[in-house]
Amino acid sequence: MSYQFNTGCSLHNLKGIRDFVRKALDQEGINEITTGEIVLALDEMCSNLMIHAHHCNPDDSLGIRITRGDRQHIIFEIIDKGNVFDINQFQTPDLDNLIHQKRKGGLGIRLVKSIMDEVEYLNRDGSTVCRLTKKV
Amino acid sequence: MVHIRRLQEEGADIIHVIGEIDASSSIELDLTIAKSVGEGHRKILIDCHALEYISSAGLGVFMSYIDEFKEKKIQMVLFGMQERVANTFSILGLADLLNIRQTKGEAKQLADELSV
Repeated sequence: MSYQFNTGCSLHNLKGIRDFVRKALDQEGINEITTGEIVLALDEMCSNLMIHAHHCNPDDSLGIRITRGDRQHIIFEIIDKGNVFDINQFQTPDLDNLIHQKRKGGLGIRLVKSIMDEVEYLNRDGSTVCRLTKKV
Repeated sequence: MVHIRRLQEEGADIIHVIGEIDASSSIELDLTIAKSVGEGHRKILIDCHALEYISSAGLGVFMSYIDEFKEKKIQMVLFGMQERVANTFSILGLADLLNIRQTKGEAKQLADELSV
């Protein structure tokens, strides 16, 4: 099984990304709650990348590839040519701090780390690959 | 894409959120809540029946008002959340930090009780 989707780095394309991921997981028979969580994690990762590495430039593109590692693991790769935005370098922000600082950001990293089992970064053919693994 | 409608009912400002809130649309939710506050409403009820999806950008909007609403004694209650949307709040532990109820009646009752 392998699914591939390419899109521009405009935040308006997030819905297309969600639809793509949802459809792929539906075809793989993943239950609705788990699918909802994975869709959310991919949305968070892609919006972070679009904002911080591509400044929402619609002419920049990113790709998403979904493959099955084994029967119990699904691998999601987000591939682009921007600067690495490594969420592992950010400490998971404390909720109380976020509230008192009235920050609207920072929650996405908490969500991704809660939902995904592994987040790693690698280089492949001159592109940055963010690989997220989820046990299903 | 999100549509937001407002309706005033029995002293409460009811904000209907319809569709999906992500990083591209959360600003609309933020502006609507800010407008409600600016107009002097003290009971703000968020109708989530037709909210299909919310990402951290939308959750962050609700969270960013928690302290301000405490200071200004404004009561915000969310109600009618679908299970998958409620699950997003639960993952982050926000279900304990925000006022969330099942029905509009329960939401109104809570807002009234907290306003006393």
